[in-house]
Amino acid sequence: MLASQIGYYSLVLGLLLSVLLCGVSIKDFNSNSNKISQNILSLSFLQLFFVTVSFLSLILSFINSDFSNETVFNNSHTTKPLFYKISGTWGNHEGSLLLWLLVLTLFIFLFLIKSRKQPKKYRILTLLFQQIIIIGFFLFVLMTSNPFNYLFPIPVEGLGLNPILQDPALAIHPPILYLGYVGTSIIFSSSLAAATQNYVSKKWGQHIKKWVLVSWIFLTIGIMLGSIWAYYELGWGGFWFWDPVENVSLMPWLTLTALLHCILVLERRAALTSWVVILSITTFTLSMSGTFLVRSGILNSVHTFANDPARGIFILIFLFVLIILALGIFFVFHKENNKDSNNFFWLSRETAILINNWFMMYFLSVVLIGTVYPIFLDVISSEKISVGPPFYHKLIVPFLIPFLLFMSLGPRLKWIKSKMENKNSLIITFLISIMLTFFIIKNLTTDILFYTVLISAAFFLFLTTLKELFVTKLNNISQTVAHFGFSLLILSILFNNILSSEIITNIKIGERYNYNKTEIFFEKIEERKRSNFNSIIGYFKITDEKGKTINLKPELRIYDQPTMITSEADIKTNLLEDKFLVMNLVKGGEYFNIRYQVKPFMLLIWVSVLLLSFGGLISIFKKKYEK
Amino acid sequence: MYGKKVKLRFIFLALILASVILTVFLVLQSLKENVVYFQSPSEISSLIELNKKKIRVGGMVKEQSVFISSNEINFIITDFKNEINVVYSGAVPNLFAEGKGVVAEGFLKDKNYFMATKILAKHDENYMPPEIKAAIGDK
Repeated sequence: MLASQIGYYSLVLGLLLSVLLCGVSIKDFNSNSNKISQNILSLSFLQLFFVTVSFLSLILSFINSDFSNETVFNNSHTTKPLFYKISGTWGNHEGSLLLWLLVLTLFIFLFLIKSRKQPKKYRILTLLFQQIIIIGFFLFVLMTSNPFNYLFPIPVEGLGLNPILQDPALAIHPPILYLGYVGTSIIFSSSLAAATQNYVSKKWGQHIKKWVLVSWIFLTIGIMLGSIWAYYELGWGGFWFWDPVENVSLMPWLTLTALLHCILVLERRAALTSWVVILSITTFTLSMSGTFLVRSGILNSVHTFANDPARGIFILIFLFVLIILALGIFFVFHKENNKDSNNFFWLSRETAILINNWFMMYFLSVVLIGTVYPIFLDVISSEKISVGPPFYHKLIVPFLIPFLLFMSLGPRLKWIKSKMENKNSLIITFLISIMLTFFIIKNLTTDILFYTVLISAAFFLFLTTLKELFVTKLNNISQTVAHFGFSLLILSILFNNILSSEIITNIKIGERYNYNKTEIFFEKIEERKRSNFNSIIGYFKITDEKGKTINLKPELRIYDQPTMITSEADIKTNLLEDKFLVMNLVKGGEYFNIRYQVKPFMLLIWVSVLLLSFGGLISIFKKKYEK
Repeated sequence: MYGKKVKLRFIFLALILASVILTVFLVLQSLKENVVYFQSPSEISSLIELNKKKIRVGGMVKEQSVFISSNEINFIITDFKNEINVVYSGAVPNLFAEGKGVVAEGFLKDKNYFMATKILAKHDENYMPPEIKAAIGDK
């Protein structure tokens, strides 16, 4: 009750501070001093403080199960474990927006501290653009999604958090993902500020690169956490479904990756300035639309939760204002300095990076069209359709072949003008890749020619980066590690796809089921009572073709608040393969519906994504070290 | 005639244009083949010709209609006007139950008989896909 009020008024104060900050910074912008006024820093800190207080008081309401707060009532329950009471704070619409706001104010404060060496006017303009975004979010939270709505009479018990969200991976997935999403807002504001000040230069490139890297790392890990969760919680045994909600997180990742590579060109040659600004605007727009599409209920997705059209319209208008503002600023102020830019020799690192960008944009268009087309068709013809994985696979997988080849060759080129060096060793590596591939997949009956080419390309990247890691001097270790991670990712996904096997059947307790030399024996079930759910644990003995027996214990959880059944897969993981078993009860009958999967290299998929982001991490610290 | 720079620019723009056209062409072509249409039992019963393509059928699982055996599950999807028999062998999602919404993907054998290859999961017990809402909306 008290916490809610403190939270609400802190938010209002935060909004007032935004307005005040805008006023002060405009005044400071025109003053003669070279340094940014100390007041601005203090005000920005104060704003961060108030939003933090507001966020903490929401957490407090959740911990105390204060059901006079509507958000708590809708998403919590007294019997829920403490950990999920806390994570429930951002497991819902209102709380997650408050988290957005918190990260927005945190990042602009960090930006002000970290950018002391930058020109004053540029810093102030960045602050101003960021405050426009912040004000938008303040208004959005206060007007359409207030987390501190008061309920009277006070309910005795809350409605509970969707059980499927009561999971450790999903508890940290939103904050990490948001750090990535919101990080792009700083890139957006600062590239607009730089465009206005004609400061899109080498120096700016070096400075903004860190922000790009940080957002990219968080986004990468955030996406990975989401897909780990989907893998073990949704019981499909897959980790990426090309679901619209997954797609909207992939889209900013693609543009951010493209931006990351462009910044390298900018840093060296002050070229591609317009393209960098456009990419920054696009990335943030996609992050915002991601929030919009998920929260508005427009997307037909498994992730769609209850929602409210007013919110959608607000974000849509806000989004349009930002896009128009950004494009306006870009076209009016941005001047391309034509001195030495955009004059690339065809065989150079710059061209290779442009090729990378081409591929990123291509992948982006495929994902964008696949995600938006169903909405579009529904609006114009009210026909309901869905676009499934075959669409994406068909359009993306073949293009991975040239993409991987360019990725192996590109980093070997020099800036400005280059020759292909060590041709022989590259050709030998390539031949080894082909032989290796052929040797591995010759016994498989699938489309041999296509897979040989595709996997060879992946092995080529794998071997060239591996060689780089051990043989060559470690002058570009961040790039090598990241590219190595990517090749490992593609290889694991491909082999995972080709070699996975699955058994689905309905089975009674005590029954044995034989298929392809694998025997599944359903021993018994056991029921247990937990604090907020009852669980049914199935005991299975599975004997594989080699005669090895493992025990798997998948679980069914029957939650009371809200009434819902979730199934927890049991997974035995090792470096080479995952054994995955999930069971389901159909119609309370005696039959259990089970799905047993053997999935090779699952662990390597996660490891390679970590390597990918680790590459980014090295890059951040390397820069510091050199200075 | 023209400077080297202009020429380069021209080539660059031509390349971009060509790749954009190629992308659009590929994407549209692939969309045509891989789109899955959603239909309600009523829409299916008024079909004149059977479609060989994969479709989705959505509605409610009729009460008392689920039968399960060791290798398949039979049930009826209804939109309270028309209904269709579904046969399915595969894994069912948690929230599959009588009286609840369901979306099944698969092929039509005839107007009353649907071979499902996939049953789609949902996350929220109160949530109903917009398609189902539309399909049973005017009951």
